[in-house]
Amino acid sequence: MDNTVIKIQDAVVSYREDVALRGVSLEVRKGEFIGIIGPNGAGKTTLLTVINGLGKLVHGEVRVLGSPLNGTNGSSLRKRIGYVAQVENIDPRLPINVRETVMVGCYGRLGLFHRPKRAQWETVDKVLEMVGIAHLRERPIGHLSGGEYQRAAIARALIQQPEIFLLDEPTASIDQKAQHEILSLIQLIHREYHMTTLYVTHDLRTLPPICQRLILMKDGKTWRQGSPESMLREEVLSQLYGAPISVPTDIAPLQT
Amino acid sequence: MDLGMDLSIFQYHFMQNAILAGLLGGITCSVVGVFVVTMHLSFIGVCIAHAAFAGALLGLWLGFNPLIGALLFSLGSAAIIGPVADRGELNPDTSIGIIFSLMLGLAFLFMGLMPGARTEALNLFWGSILTVTRQDIIFLGVITGVIAGLVVAFHKEIQAVICHRQVALAVGIPATLVFYGLLFSTGVTITASLQSIGGLLIYSLILNPAAAAYQLTYSLKKMLLIAVAFGVVSCWAGLAASYLLDIPSGAAIVITSAIIFGLATAFSPKRKVKGWQRAPLAG
Repeated sequence: MDNTVIKIQDAVVSYREDVALRGVSLEVRKGEFIGIIGPNGAGKTTLLTVINGLGKLVHGEVRVLGSPLNGTNGSSLRKRIGYVAQVENIDPRLPINVRETVMVGCYGRLGLFHRPKRAQWETVDKVLEMVGIAHLRERPIGHLSGGEYQRAAIARALIQQPEIFLLDEPTASIDQKAQHEILSLIQLIHREYHMTTLYVTHDLRTLPPICQRLILMKDGKTWRQGSPESMLREEVLSQLYGAPISVPTDIAPLQT
Repeated sequence: MDLGMDLSIFQYHFMQNAILAGLLGGITCSVVGVFVVTMHLSFIGVCIAHAAFAGALLGLWLGFNPLIGALLFSLGSAAIIGPVADRGELNPDTSIGIIFSLMLGLAFLFMGLMPGARTEALNLFWGSILTVTRQDIIFLGVITGVIAGLVVAFHKEIQAVICHRQVALAVGIPATLVFYGLLFSTGVTITASLQSIGGLLIYSLILNPAAAAYQLTYSLKKMLLIAVAFGVVSCWAGLAASYLLDIPSGAAIVITSAIIFGLATAFSPKRKVKGWQRAPLAG
């Protein structure tokens, strides 16, 4: 039985004169946890946006959850894909609290003219408990720290009950303690729900140990891919980043 | 001053129309203002307001209904500004600034080309709430009803888009459609209020009550209600000042709304440091 949930063939994405993806092909099986690493500008974030239909293909084909992305079904597919971006700057006066922000994750699936019911608010509260910020539920979203904000973003994505989980540098711009807590949370979620997960990072130390396959991206291409043990080697990483890289001894995927 | 004379003024149709225009214009402008203020689109709103003004002057010059000209220009400018701001081909401030100055230039051009007395055109500059007609009120009432209905029907989508537009897009909400809907609502509201508030002043009535409400609450529902209350109070207080002090009504309304904004900012609870804000931020 074919359990491929993401199939990308020869994808090309360009932002005016800049080509962000140059013929990327990739297959992801159901329940896989994939790490994506590479230098800045390698096309990591663009790859994620191609999967959730926000990145516009110049050439190539993308099939997600059995359907070809064709420009008209992106919105309905996105309801089944959780997406967590980097910590963003938020206006501290924004008139929305943590609980309402997390509930936004439900809105796509709820559809127009349907309001969230009590059961859905209770689910939001449970997910907030799970990610460890239930005590902040009434706080304005703009008043959270980076780590707290990322927990709220993960909770929002979980509320969607996604089949695919896309994490774009979720630990960037937050302190080490918060990074560690977010990584633990991401692993807990994967063990609990077995969602197909693609995790982008440029910081090798923030690769979760649960990572099963690593994709190395460079210049808009999937440069190499394989097990973390085969990819996290000095000669491979030095070629990838174009500078001598010593493999940190505390990289989690190498310690499992 | 004779109190009996003060109250008798309400018997006149022109005053009843003005009070209704203040109520409806105050509601619609403030609701639209909440979207504009929360999304930080103030300059886009100013640009749409001036486009409506230019369109109305074109209508006056060519002899068709100025409201139709205002509607076409405001919707047209929203349709141009939206993609320009989104695609980032030029710095949005630069491109919107160019469209804004173009609209202002067109407004003065149409006014210059107009033959004869320009009283009606000047009225569109600063508005005249005391001369609005029953037809204007009906138009404003329909627009108020439609906008209020849309806000109730699509409250959750609007909240998601104005607070977290990229997130809204990522969870499958038709965020782009909602965004353009909000821009068009701004255009329609400006058109409907042009006659009573005036092209140069309308934008203050959109911005000031919503900006004042933004200082006072973290709840979108409360912000909408407070902004509406401030908008209506601004209109009615400005109207009263205009009648009592014999000053232009549009200017009185805008100055009142600016005073309310000043007071809201001075007494904003958001300026106070909360207990949890004093504590060191943990990750």
